[in-house]
Amino acid sequence: MNWSKYSAPLAFYPLAGKMIPWFSAVAALAIAVGLYIGLLVAPTDFQQGDSYRIIFVHVPAAWMSMFLYVVMAIWAGVGMGLNARLSFMMAQAIAPTGAMFTFLALLTGAMWGKPTWGAWWVWDARLTSELILLFQYAGVMLLRTSIDDLRRADRASGVLALVGVVNIPIIYFSVKWWNTLHQGASVSMTAAPKMATIMLTAMLLMTFGFWMYSIAVILSRVRCVILERESQPAWGNPSAAPEVAEAR
Amino acid sequence: MTSRQKRFAFIGLGLVVLGVATVLVLNAFQKNLVFFFTPTMVANGEAPKGQSFRIGGMVEDGSLKRENDGLTVHFVVTDTAKSVPVTYKGILPDLFKEGKGAVAQGQLAADGTFVASEVLAKHDENYMPPEAAEAMAKAKKAKASGAQSSNTLVIQTQ
Repeated sequence: MNWSKYSAPLAFYPLAGKMIPWFSAVAALAIAVGLYIGLLVAPTDFQQGDSYRIIFVHVPAAWMSMFLYVVMAIWAGVGMGLNARLSFMMAQAIAPTGAMFTFLALLTGAMWGKPTWGAWWVWDARLTSELILLFQYAGVMLLRTSIDDLRRADRASGVLALVGVVNIPIIYFSVKWWNTLHQGASVSMTAAPKMATIMLTAMLLMTFGFWMYSIAVILSRVRCVILERESQPAWGNPSAAPEVAEAR
Repeated sequence: MTSRQKRFAFIGLGLVVLGVATVLVLNAFQKNLVFFFTPTMVANGEAPKGQSFRIGGMVEDGSLKRENDGLTVHFVVTDTAKSVPVTYKGILPDLFKEGKGAVAQGQLAADGTFVASEVLAKHDENYMPPEAAEAMAKAKKAKASGAQSSNTLVIQTQ
């Protein structure tokens, strides 16, 4: 099977359409089970009581906000290296979902910070760098819409996305490098998780669910982007891609 | 090299240069990026004098004292090497406890007391059910007393 044919937007469009229901179903299932275990099965925390349960949304959202940014930057980099239209379209489709998760992480963090720390917001390194990530997503999206020529818009926002990648390790390691009010990582690659197994299970399920959700949403958004950007191909033959012709 | 390889090499080189620049900048700003100063840093005179800053560490066990007005509290913040006495008038956050982390904002008075205007609880990264915490505390106690009797149940924790 020749996979590279799917790098053409017209070939990718129907493939994405076939994948969306599967990823949506898996996402709904994982999030439902994750929330059930997290909110009803998992025990209360010995210090925080029930307010800790925000981590089942907060931590997965924060992870996705960083992960999606890296994926977006990789697509932009691949797009610039290969001059591939679909790569830029993927980068364009990822940005809003990444921004949404960044906002969700900041919001749930504030909701947790008030009862736990005694403050909605503090200017420590972790919180500030995550806020900067939200501005980066906004910057990438705004730069794209502010340039009319699509190819220039792709390149400019792609460069901005790539430059912004330096913030990701800063966010991740900020709690290690500097004194922050935000606690260190409970789950890391190098050490045993510092939380009860049932809590960890719920958190990982939620992360998996958010991940599948992201794929489903990004695929449906990239389909919109394809329709929008490929609507007037001077050389195109609508009958070559019946599904696209139909959708029009 | 094909032009495609050249473009990827250019992108890669750009990222490396950017990364090095960021490391250098962060190194230069190292001091300004700390959210709070530890008692040892305060003892070494690294904390700003005559202006407000934050101090962070553990609240020393048995150091929390409340005055009769019910609002003014005294406690000692320690990083096990050095410690600083803190005075604060106001409501403490729920998670504020002896033996747990706290961050206080305020100024150092002439007598070496830290007069705080705001106290925040610093949460740690451990999450567990109350029973597990109890078992851990018990195991710690048993270890401390030398586990002298053979019928003491010692719960292994990792």
